Order: sequence, then structure tokens, then C-alpha cells
Amino acid sequence: MENQQIIDALQKQFGEEAIYGIGESHGILQVTTSVDNIVPMLHFLYADPVLKFQFLTDLAGIHFPDAVGQELGVIYHVHSLENNVRLWIKAYAPIDRPNFPTITGLYAAANWMEREAFDFYGIIFEGHPNLTRILNVDDMDYHPMRKEYPLEDATRHDKIDELFGR
Amino acid sequence: MSEIALVNNPNVGLDKTQKGGPYVNDLSTLNLGPTHPATHGIFQNILTMDGETIVDAEQTVGYIHRAFEKIAERRPFYQITTLTDRMNYCSSPINNMGWHMTVEKLLGIEVPKRAQYMRVIMMELARLADHIVCNSILAVDTGALTGFLYVYQWREHIYEIYEEMCGARLTTNMGRFGGMERDFSKVAIEKIKVLLEGLPKGLKEFEGMVMRNRIFMDRTQNVGAISAERALNYGFTGPNLRAAGVDYDVRSLNPYSSYEDFEFDVPVGTKGDTYDRFLVREEEMWQSLRIIQQALDNLPEGPYHADAPHYYLPKKQDVYHNMEALIYHFKIVMGEIDAPVGEVYHSVEGGNGELGFYLVSDGGRTPYRLKFRRPGYIYYQAFPEMIKGSSLSDAIVTMSSMNVIAGELDT
Repeated sequence: MENQQIIDALQKQFGEEAIYGIGESHGILQVTTSVDNIVPMLHFLYADPVLKFQFLTDLAGIHFPDAVGQELGVIYHVHSLENNVRLWIKAYAPIDRPNFPTITGLYAAANWMEREAFDFYGIIFEGHPNLTRILNVDDMDYHPMRKEYPLEDATRHDKIDELFGR
Repeated sequence: MSEIALVNNPNVGLDKTQKGGPYVNDLSTLNLGPTHPATHGIFQNILTMDGETIVDAEQTVGYIHRAFEKIAERRPFYQITTLTDRMNYCSSPINNMGWHMTVEKLLGIEVPKRAQYMRVIMMELARLADHIVCNSILAVDTGALTGFLYVYQWREHIYEIYEEMCGARLTTNMGRFGGMERDFSKVAIEKIKVLLEGLPKGLKEFEGMVMRNRIFMDRTQNVGAISAERALNYGFTGPNLRAAGVDYDVRSLNPYSSYEDFEFDVPVGTKGDTYDRFLVREEEMWQSLRIIQQALDNLPEGPYHADAPHYYLPKKQDVYHNMEALIYHFKIVMGEIDAPVGEVYHSVEGGNGELGFYLVSDGGRTPYRLKFRRPGYIYYQAFPEMIKGSSLSDAIVTMSSMNVIAGELDT
């Protein structure tokens, strides 16, 4: 199956205005869409008798602090095992309203993936059955993978050694 | 029964529906973990039990979360290799080489055939080590200790081959971007040959003891079963998915590192229960041996690493006697080499499923974003569904057969 076939099917179903961007990276097609279109698009890709994107490989959150209005993104890696084609669906939301729809209704695997994205990026998946922190401690009050929390500079000198037991 | 016995029985005459009494609803909570010898790793399961039957389970994960994805955003690419082998520490070389292949894809490095074959051999050795651990410990969990001893010595032998190839045993940091760090030594080749000779014998003894053993079969058949449809929906990969009857193997569907050159079968199960998972892993070990034999027989001559001086650490003696080598050595070690802009996803067939690396590079010296697709993290979600209605001892066996590795789960 060619990538063009997927693009044609998506454009036919959702119209050209629903697809914000199309790219290709090392053979994997990537389609950028709006937050509202994620669930219908994934349902369509899942149910289509030819495309059959029925396997959710991964779901990754990402933070672009400089992209005003679309700082937080989610990348859905779906895989059509029958056609052996991978596809990335991307969508972005502003950081002050990082609400995405949940896809746990379609893929049971999305449960912990979405919890992880919530834990590390603060992306809120509406309708998720149990959107709580998963890998970090429960009382953490920030989302550590966001870019405003840089890791410590390995060469800094201002640390008091005895406080760190060195 | 005599009258006295009736009087002494505390259950007689108690209204179980009565509020506040000791038998309110007969459900009890049991903490399985976080540190429990039978779970082989730091896993907490809060089980709701009705007598011996599990009604519900709730997992807590993240006890050994080490923020690998965050740390990776500040490290030069070559330093991330050491993070990957701390994920699935039962098959570290697969993680290392999966990561190397991801970066090679981003950089566009072509790896010579000999290095690819060497990688295949090391990755299959890692798969053998992983499956030996999983299957023999599964047998131990059902009470069969002896079989474990027959195969575990071969895992030790595999670790000696690792030592020969990289100097380390568990957290291997094996290979480099562009190929391997060193060629097979005579000792390494000799040890692989000894393994190909000896492991089949040990494996046969193990299988003879366990595979058709009535006690083992009773303990594992129809235990922790999952249908193919549910397994796919839960994102299962690797032996666990194949046991449910789906023949998805990254090695055959999306061959990497010359896997297309080798002939091997992808075993599948039918029921997706613990016994099927055991059988699939057993068969995969035979197939791994087959692959190693083919790779060793057809090992091409030539360089064992690509000519990529910007990324491949030069030999130490060259650093002292060669100006270019010294410069590249300095630049690589200090992490002063910019990577091209790009987005890459690469996956390999890890010990327990599809191990994926999603790498976003903004042209800097470190990844902008690195997401590890850890198979264990994704399929461990299905655990409560798989053990509901079974007994506690079945839950232990189910968990053991799923091959969930705490380090991988928690990154």
C-alpha cells in the first residue's frame, strides 16, 4: 500500500482542510490534524476495510515551547499489521488548554500511554477512565518532561557539596 | 458432626451480610509486592481476593523510574546507549543495537555486512539469555527447580561471550554507531561454537523435564489466557502476542540488520495461555540457535564497523599517534557533534516484544525528544484482565510467563 493511498482516503473522508500537514520521514507517513479530528480519524483508519490501522504502537507527548498556541503535541503511532504500514497522526494544543480526547475506547493499550503523557507533559485526555500519574510520585506538582525544567548542568559550581553528601 | 464442634466453629450463626462484622463481604485486600520474591522485580499489585480467587487487581508501577527520557535530552547520542541497556537488562545487547540502528537511520550510516551479521549473532544470544531466564524461572515458579539448573549455566556462558565482546556482562554498552566496537576474537568464536554444541543438549534436558510434565501442564494450561483480538488491542508484541496466535515478528515483517538473509520460523500458539507462551519461547530459542548457526557459517569478511569518523570512536592507540583520530575522539567524547534534523522511528524485536525508539532531533547535539516504546510497559496493562477469576498462584505464574522486566517498565 502506498502512502498516497492513505492520504487520498483521509482527504476523501475528512476534506483537505482537516489535514494541516503531510510529511514523510524514512518511509513513515505523518499527518497533522486538529485535536477534534483525532478520534474520528483514528476510528476511520481502524474500521476501513483496506487500511486497517488496528494496532497502536505508541503514543508520545512532545513540548515545543516556542510554537505559540500549539506548544503541546501528541504523536499517535499506528500500525496496519496486514498492510505492514506505519502512520503517525500528530495534533497540537495550546499549553494553557492542553485537552485531547482519549482513545482508550478504541485501543485498550492507550490507557497507560495516555497516563504517561499526562504524567510527563500535563496533557489532559478527556474521558480517560483513570487519568492519574503513573511513573512519578503522586504528589508531584509539575510535569517534568516539559522544556521549562532543564536538567542540572553537569559543570555547575554553586552546589554545596556537603548538602549532597560529597 | 457433634454439637460441640458446631458451637466451636466461629462461622456458625454469623450473619455474613451484617454490617461491621468480620465477614462483611468476604473480600480481602492482599498486597502482592512491591518487593515479593515471586514477582521477580519491583511490582506492586493490590489484589482484591474472595478467598483464594482474585476479584480485582490494581497495579502500581514506577518504583524504579529513573527518568531516562528526560536524561536523554541532555546527553550526547553515544551516552544514551548506557541508558538503554538499563531498560531490559535481561537482553541488553538488543536494546543497545536497537538504539544504534535508530541513530544510524537518522545519520544515514551504512553498516557493513560483517557488522550486521555480528549484531544478529549478539542479538540472538541476548534473546536466548532472555528466554532462558523467563522459561526456566517460570518452571521454578511452578516448583520445578532442577530444569532451571540445566539451562542457566548456558546463560552464564552467554554472559561470558558478552564479556569477550564488550567487557561487561549485564549492562553491556555493546557496539558503536556504525558497527561493533571490536571484531570477534578467537575466544568469542570458540565460545559461540561451544554454545551451539551444548545448549541444545541442555535445552532438550530441560524440555524433557518440564514440557510434558503433568504437574507443569496442569499449572500452566488455560492459565492467564488472552485472545488474539484482546492481545492486539492491548498492544501485545513479541512472544506474548505470538502465543495468542498472531504471527507478528519485527524480524520478519520489517527486517533490520540483514535478518532477511536468514531462514527461521516464527512460532505461534493458539490459546494465548501461560503454557503457549512457554512453548513459543522454547521454540524461539531453537530458532535463535538456527539463526546464529547460519550467521556464523556465512559471516562475511570485511570491516566490522562503518567508515564514519564523526561518530565512531577511534581506536585508543590511534588517538595517541594520529591527529585526526585525536580530534574526532575529543569531539565525540565531549559530545560536540551536531546531528541532522529529523524524526526517526526504528523498532527491533526485543526479548519480550517490539522495542521501539522514537527520536526527534532538532539539529542539536542531544535528542530533542526520545521516546522508548517499551513492550513490557504496554502489555503489562492487561495483567488484571488476565488474572481475574483465577487463584493467587495462577497470578504468579501468569506474571512470570509475561516476562515483564521492571527496569524496562519504569524506564
